[in-house]
Amino acid sequence: MHIPDGFLDAKTWVSAAAISAGAISYSVKKTREALSERMVPVMGVLAAFIFAAQMINFPIAGGTSGHLLGAALATVLLGPWASGLIISTVLIIQCLFFNDGGITALGGNILNMAFIGSLVAYAVYRSVSGIGGGKRWEQAAVFLASWVSVMVAAFAATVEVGVSGNLPVSFGVALSAMLGWHALIGIGEGLITVAVVSFVRNAGLSPAWQQEKAQSEVSGA
Amino acid sequence: MKNTVLIILLAALAVAVFLSPFASSSPDGLERVAEDLGFIEKGEEQILKSPIPDYAFPGIENEKAATALAGAVGTLLTFGAVYAVGRGASRKKKEA
Repeated sequence: MHIPDGFLDAKTWVSAAAISAGAISYSVKKTREALSERMVPVMGVLAAFIFAAQMINFPIAGGTSGHLLGAALATVLLGPWASGLIISTVLIIQCLFFNDGGITALGGNILNMAFIGSLVAYAVYRSVSGIGGGKRWEQAAVFLASWVSVMVAAFAATVEVGVSGNLPVSFGVALSAMLGWHALIGIGEGLITVAVVSFVRNAGLSPAWQQEKAQSEVSGA
Repeated sequence: MKNTVLIILLAALAVAVFLSPFASSSPDGLERVAEDLGFIEKGEEQILKSPIPDYAFPGIENEKAATALAGAVGTLLTFGAVYAVGRGASRKKKEA
């Protein structure tokens, strides 16, 4: 759902760019606090994987396709701020080098997919995984976080095009169309995210914040 | 964990090189809605000129090869960029 140039008016893209710039600088600060240096290669390869996966549009229905967003994937593995930083970098590279997403829409795209996507994924994942236990429940939490992250990013994109005055139909009509397609794309997001998270967990990588918690408990004792 | 890192990087390259040429070229959710509801024409040509427009490496006749090469370049570029950002962001952190 990369917004191209022309969909957002000046007030909207300037505001979105300003919020995203602030969010990026805050996430650098938070990442510095939360992640040790040895997690940096993990951030790098996860970003590389998300870039590659975003190239793979999968058909959903009726001549429409979708691709992985990756915000929930990076959030579950590294936390929401490192995820915001990773997805922002992916979006910047896509925009600058590959013509994917407009330069004027970059702030909006970063806001929707990198930050709103990651923070909502984090909220859903933490609350759902907190009320149950076991592997299946954890997978359900990852799936739900993925699905919701796509839906809220689609919601935010619709709001931005709407306030730009570029929707020829009512906001409600546009929103239901956007959420309808993204409800299907979100299922793909959920399935891919659950599969990749399971693989990485089996390989012995636990979420960053759990490691930090374990570390501080050890050093605090 | 070093192995996991390498496996994810190789998986990323494999996806970019071997799967991307076969990705669906149908419009994505936003493009589809913009077409159906009649605001796709609000979109403009990208203002900025990109070196590898639309994930096709320029100067390569074979479309699948052009996409695969663009994928490989982008994957490595993303790894490098995030690695650099990550090093910058974690530099001042003292190791426990």
